[in-house]
Amino acid sequence: MSLDTIQMVLVTVLTAATPLIIAALGELVAERAGVLNLGVEGMMVCGAALGFAAAVETGSTLVGALAGAGAGLGLAAVFGLLTVGLAANQVASGLALTILGLGLSGLVGAGYVGLKREPAPHLHVPGLSEVPGVGRLLFGQDAFVYAGLGLAVGVSWFLWRTRAGLILRAVGDDHAATHALGLPVRGVRFLAVLFGGACAGLAGSYLSLAYTPFWAPAMTAGRGWIALALVVFASWRPGRVVAGATLFGGATVLQLHAQAASIGLPGQLLSALPYVATILALVLLSLGRRQGGSLAPAALGRDFTPHR
Amino acid sequence: MRLDLVPRARRSPLAASLSPVLAFVTAVLIGGVAVSLLGVSPGAAFAVYFVAPLSELWSLQEIALKAAPLALIATGLAFCYRANLWNIGAEGQFVVGGLAGGWVAVATHGDAGFTVWILPAMLVAGTLAGIAYAMIPALLRARLGVSEILTSLMLVYVAELLLDYMARGPLRDPAGFNFPQSVAFDEAARLPYLMEGETLHAGVLVALVATVLATLVLGRSLFGFATRVVGASPRAARFAGFSEARLTLAAFAISGGAAGLAGIVEVAGRIGQLQPTISPGYGFTAIIVAFLGRLSPLGILIAALVIAVTTIGGEAAQIDLRLPLDLTRAFQGLLLCLVLGADVLTRFRVRLVSGATR
Repeated sequence: MSLDTIQMVLVTVLTAATPLIIAALGELVAERAGVLNLGVEGMMVCGAALGFAAAVETGSTLVGALAGAGAGLGLAAVFGLLTVGLAANQVASGLALTILGLGLSGLVGAGYVGLKREPAPHLHVPGLSEVPGVGRLLFGQDAFVYAGLGLAVGVSWFLWRTRAGLILRAVGDDHAATHALGLPVRGVRFLAVLFGGACAGLAGSYLSLAYTPFWAPAMTAGRGWIALALVVFASWRPGRVVAGATLFGGATVLQLHAQAASIGLPGQLLSALPYVATILALVLLSLGRRQGGSLAPAALGRDFTPHR
Repeated sequence: MRLDLVPRARRSPLAASLSPVLAFVTAVLIGGVAVSLLGVSPGAAFAVYFVAPLSELWSLQEIALKAAPLALIATGLAFCYRANLWNIGAEGQFVVGGLAGGWVAVATHGDAGFTVWILPAMLVAGTLAGIAYAMIPALLRARLGVSEILTSLMLVYVAELLLDYMARGPLRDPAGFNFPQSVAFDEAARLPYLMEGETLHAGVLVALVATVLATLVLGRSLFGFATRVVGASPRAARFAGFSEARLTLAAFAISGGAAGLAGIVEVAGRIGQLQPTISPGYGFTAIIVAFLGRLSPLGILIAALVIAVTTIGGEAAQIDLRLPLDLTRAFQGLLLCLVLGADVLTRFRVRLVSGATR
């Protein structure tokens, strides 16, 4: 296998990993603040639909990406109002948002089925992008890929190097104590949920603007749920989200190649692999951690109502 | 401005029964606005969605046929959700149940020796397959602490792909001109019709029996009590000696079995053969039904009928008013949001106070 073939494979792996990285990082921040948002899939698919629609109407990929993030943000605001504002059950509310998001995305996207757009432009640095072996991998990706990796660094820095990040983690670990210190528990949680939703929407718009690039109903195909599993798999650490998503992207690309090469296995079996792999990853993770106890934020999934 | 939630000393029974109604009315109002934005008169849409389905015999039967699997699945899910266990993979258990039961029918196709036993065998096979499939997330949760939310959902995709493979591959009708479907089941492998020449089949009775059984078990048995205690306060449940692991397995077995049974009832009743897809998302819609019915069997039965009416109405609206089918799904998602939001009224008194958010 030549150097360039390896590079091509790595490029596709990173492309498949990017939507997972972006969505999982957003969810990670929300969960670090103690909110389990199961609506990621719905926010993602809405981001894909609205992002594509906006990009087609304006002709601008940037506007599309912003619209996608906005769609996720809007749904997240509903979710935040329910779970943070009204202390509704987080699991059920998340499911409701996923169902709502799938329906809304179908409504928004109905007029855009079958349309195609140029994929998001790739970076081109004269000289550097042509370096054999690494040029395309390092200097020839689209903006989403760099944004995803930058987001990982940013989230990591925010959570462990800033005061606000410390407060956010404290809210997720012990909301009563944080409240007693006079810190705004519900405000922090609401903002974290909004951030998570915007990331999910952005990740969805990546699918319809760069990955495919077209809109098809329910095109996220469970990627939002896989992003949720990745957060657990990464034990709530941004660096491990990137590593896990890359592994996962690798598995996806492998499966696509196997399907194309028609190696005699039924296509359905290969399509089921990502889902089976997710379950296996979660099982192995918990087997490896029998003694260590859970690394989840202590207040994850518990609602908080301040009263005196 | 700040929203203050003052806990009630006890759940208000009035608010508890009124909050789903309030949520439904609000959802209908918002739906009316959405419909008029799509250029259709809300009055006409209301008539198509909620009045027309109730005015003819065939559509009434359709409502019952759609409500039966929803009620059956949601009743099973109520056991899980009451115990704070999140089985969201009922869709997968439904599919696996239909597949296993349908397999029995295909395997005995054309064999006169099995006629009396074939239908019971199918129903048992479907139920057992649903239970077995639900045991995967249940065991992983009880033994290893793996989140049942994610595993049960991932298994939905696996089940759908498995059915797709079986219907196009091993179980396909060899004489079926390559259509991706199995042989049409024998008469003995079909659920009997309740009325001559109509579509209503015996599956709706299964759902009614399940409602009665679940009401008795949840309200009148120690197991039903333990379910509620584990959900409300795991610590108290431990002190009372209720095993959380055993309860997890039992609740998943009930919901998986109910979903599997619903799956084979759908296959042996309405469809009559195996196809690559057998469910229009019953397993997910049932989650809405379970919460709309406030996790009580009787409430679930009513909620299943309401959701079935909107689904039939949605299909009619697609034809008559050219309103997209996704509108129905969005409406159902919105309804669940509102139900959950309105639930706050039963637990808290809501006050608007001036001042900063805390």
